Amino acid sequence: MTSPTERRGRWSDDDVDQLLGNLLRIGVIVATIVGVIGGTLYIAHHGLERVDLRVFRGEPVELRHVGSIARGALTLHADAIIQLGLVLLIATPVARVAMSLVAFVLQRDRVYIVVTSIVLALLLFSLAGGIPG
Amino acid sequence: MSLLLFTALVAGGSFSAGLLGALTGLGGGIVIVPMLTLLFGVDLRYAIGASLVSVIATSSGAAAAYVKEGYTNVRVGMLLEIATTLGALGGAYLAGRIGTNVIAIIFGVVLLYSAYRSTKPLAEHVSTENADPLAIKLRLNSTYPTPNGLESYAVQAVPAGFGLMAVAGVLSGLLGIGSGALKVLAMDQLMHLPFKVSTTTSNFMIGVTAAASAGIYLARGYVDPALALPVMLGVLAGALTGARVLAGANTKVLRRIFAGVVVVLASEMLYKGFRGGV
Repeated sequence: MTSPTERRGRWSDDDVDQLLGNLLRIGVIVATIVGVIGGTLYIAHHGLERVDLRVFRGEPVELRHVGSIARGALTLHADAIIQLGLVLLIATPVARVAMSLVAFVLQRDRVYIVVTSIVLALLLFSLAGGIPG
Repeated sequence: MSLLLFTALVAGGSFSAGLLGALTGLGGGIVIVPMLTLLFGVDLRYAIGASLVSVIATSSGAAAAYVKEGYTNVRVGMLLEIATTLGALGGAYLAGRIGTNVIAIIFGVVLLYSAYRSTKPLAEHVSTENADPLAIKLRLNSTYPTPNGLESYAVQAVPAGFGLMAVAGVLSGLLGIGSGALKVLAMDQLMHLPFKVSTTTSNFMIGVTAAASAGIYLARGYVDPALALPVMLGVLAGALTGARVLAGANTKVLRRIFAGVVVVLASEMLYKGFRGGV
């Protein structure tokens, strides 16, 4: 919330809040739907197999990166479809920060354009795989 | 255990964690990792990966409702997110470098602290006088709706709050939790934000902080789809249910019970960490 004096340009902070709220909701809903579709397929294929996550082996390489996850999902691999849902979920707060940046640009708020750009850069750096190791 | 049974049990356990977390205000994320490692025998790294994903879901799900109420201070949130995302990247990096037994010990200590915090409510400090010139420069001061209409508040101790948030970020990236307790502490006690503002702003930041380490976890293969999906759906459904029934619940008794559960889990994590069985 802000005082009226903080309103600049065509976008008020209130409008931005509304939009961000909707964005977060849509992100969570879409991620859930994709995840449930993948999960149903996965259980249909592997439901009676044994699960063992006691020893850490790490996920296969094709489930570790956005590009290969998307390719796997397009070829209807159930585990990749679930992973795509999870990636969409992880991307939701990132999209929220990106939209905040657009809002600050429209409000011509220089300080927060810089602040938000730093946060967005850090998030994209992480999504790109971050520091290896 | 078959995948079908495992999925059902994990989803049920996560639902209860999310429900209790929402009802007590402690957040469900904090008990997910001990539940998965101690009850289901899941490796700590898979548990942390799944927990972190669920943190993003609950934070985004709840924030969608919160931002519309107009308590969130987006500027404070965005500024502090520099600290939490940097911290989270550092924490996720550390998670790959230090032994799982050390992580288990740190986890135990954080659980104990959260249990203690939940039984000792903090006092609200709201100031209207500007003590921190940075708060004015960065236009952090704002207003929030109260029964008496809009009231203004002045943000204090910006550098100290920023520092504590970096620590919260490290813990989030290292342990796969939201670190809500520490975030609220920084914002209530150091920066003097009103409760309603600090709770919603902290929730708003938790998803962003978790997303910062989630990318790294994904690249390292910590995010197992068959585990993370039922955990995420369970916690989310539990948290949303909890938020609905919150009005009629006797939270004081629940808080004590949940704090008790957390203390037991903390002791187990510490025991396993020191014995080296994680």
